[in-house]
Amino acid sequence: MRLRRLGAAAAATVLGLACAFARGAPAAPRPSAALRVFAAASLADAFGEIAREFERSHAGLRVQLNLAGSQQLEAQLEQGAYADLFASADQRWMDRARDQGLLAGEPAIFARNRLVAIVPATNPARIDRLQDFARRGVKVVLGAEAVPVGAYSRQVLRNLSSAPGFDPEFGRRVLANVVSEEENVKSVVGKVQLGEADAGIVYRSDVTPALAHFVRVFEIPDSANVLATYPIARVRGSRSPDAASEFVARVLSPGGQLVLRRHGLLPAVAVAP
Amino acid sequence: MSSSLPAAGSRSLEAALPALAVGACGLLALVLALPFVGLLARVTPGAFLRQIAAPEVREALELSLITSLAATAVVILLGVPTAYLLATREFPGKRLLEVMLELPMVLPPTVAGFALLMAFGRVGLAGRALSALGVTLPFTTLGVVLAQVFMAAPFFLAPARAGFAGVERRLLEAAATLRASEPQRFFRVVLPLASPALLAGTAMCAARALGEFGATITFAGNLPGVTQTMPLAVYVALQSDLDRAVTLSVLLLLMSFGLLLGLRLAPAGWIGNRRRAGD
Repeated sequence: MRLRRLGAAAAATVLGLACAFARGAPAAPRPSAALRVFAAASLADAFGEIAREFERSHAGLRVQLNLAGSQQLEAQLEQGAYADLFASADQRWMDRARDQGLLAGEPAIFARNRLVAIVPATNPARIDRLQDFARRGVKVVLGAEAVPVGAYSRQVLRNLSSAPGFDPEFGRRVLANVVSEEENVKSVVGKVQLGEADAGIVYRSDVTPALAHFVRVFEIPDSANVLATYPIARVRGSRSPDAASEFVARVLSPGGQLVLRRHGLLPAVAVAP
Repeated sequence: MSSSLPAAGSRSLEAALPALAVGACGLLALVLALPFVGLLARVTPGAFLRQIAAPEVREALELSLITSLAATAVVILLGVPTAYLLATREFPGKRLLEVMLELPMVLPPTVAGFALLMAFGRVGLAGRALSALGVTLPFTTLGVVLAQVFMAAPFFLAPARAGFAGVERRLLEAAATLRASEPQRFFRVVLPLASPALLAGTAMCAARALGEFGATITFAGNLPGVTQTMPLAVYVALQSDLDRAVTLSVLLLLMSFGLLLGLRLAPAGWIGNRRRAGD
């Protein structure tokens, strides 16, 4: 009896493993039932809305968003992850994807973004102006250098260091205040929102109405700001190239651009306000 | 064994069983071992040596060693009395305490990190009291140690408790008749007899602390030299420098492998001698 039960258990284990293998091996959706979009973390809300609209107009199609730092998405693509579309928060990682032969067709710029500085609403470090970010002991959180927002932030700090009213050492001092280098912009937002960090640099589009209650925003003058550029491209090996192209067209359409604008991004295509 | 079973079907099952077990074992071993082989196959000696000399790798290695050693020391210091208490005494709320002490084993590490923030973060429950004492945990090396203690403690407690529970009462009674005081009985009888289990717990705890990732990055953040331990450095390097990621991964693999293998080999040696001394 015991033996038989043991045998059954062993068989079930093997069977279960085999099933797990069969189901887990190809990371591909059923043909044209799902559109997998790898999108920069800062696109979470805007692409979420566009994806829902897209599903409504394409019965039976599901849009799966994989949201992370652009550098992480690109690394996943390099490792063979399946995606139909890649939307990056900067040109660097899109270029890298193209150099690696991961793309099908040319990337299209669909949005732009600006950076802002944020501090918790409680303002524990008593920051009154941007210059205070360089004060000793202020806990600053930035994106890591590899993350688009991290590279943009460092560019902004360099720009501010030569801006009127700022110390030439401003950028170096702020970098010396960094207590954590986050892997995507939403992690920077989280650390500031929770009040654990004294200050951070994020995209303007990250300051959603929901977040606005938790943080205070310090604008970075346009002259020192950067214009983040968001390209989107179809991924080589996509099983739904038509749906992917339609999704890109939707993002670039006046309707799509309005959604992006509503979520704080700057449209890349001229639209009526 | 087979005499009580109906003849034909069971006999063929009995014949097939070892083969099935070997097959299952082989499949599982393949699934578990292939990733390590893949990792080792990816590394080239030149790149490994170059990377191991890089200051960033050194920094992560040092930080990982220091923090996981510190975390293991804290766990042993607090865990030995805790495990002994749980193994030898009954008290109200014991079941609840047991579950709480086991929880980190099954909790997603990110949730653990978030919970740590809610407790020990600047705005957390104990945060204000801590900052009044001048103690800051988030974004500090101390925070890394706390995250490791939180995640690794159960891996010490479970074997330690079993070890203490396994000490035979009659040995303690015998020691008592020889007029050994309670501390004497603990240090001369209980501790030596439980030492294999304590050592096993220590190795598991150190290995878990060494591998801690999710709670660390959520609670302590990610800054080279301060909170960026080896697992965090691997995660970052995966997106920019694959050679570095592979080198750090292989280092971690070797360290964990060494810890667990040492655990398998050690009881035959000095612990065994101690056990004989205790008998």
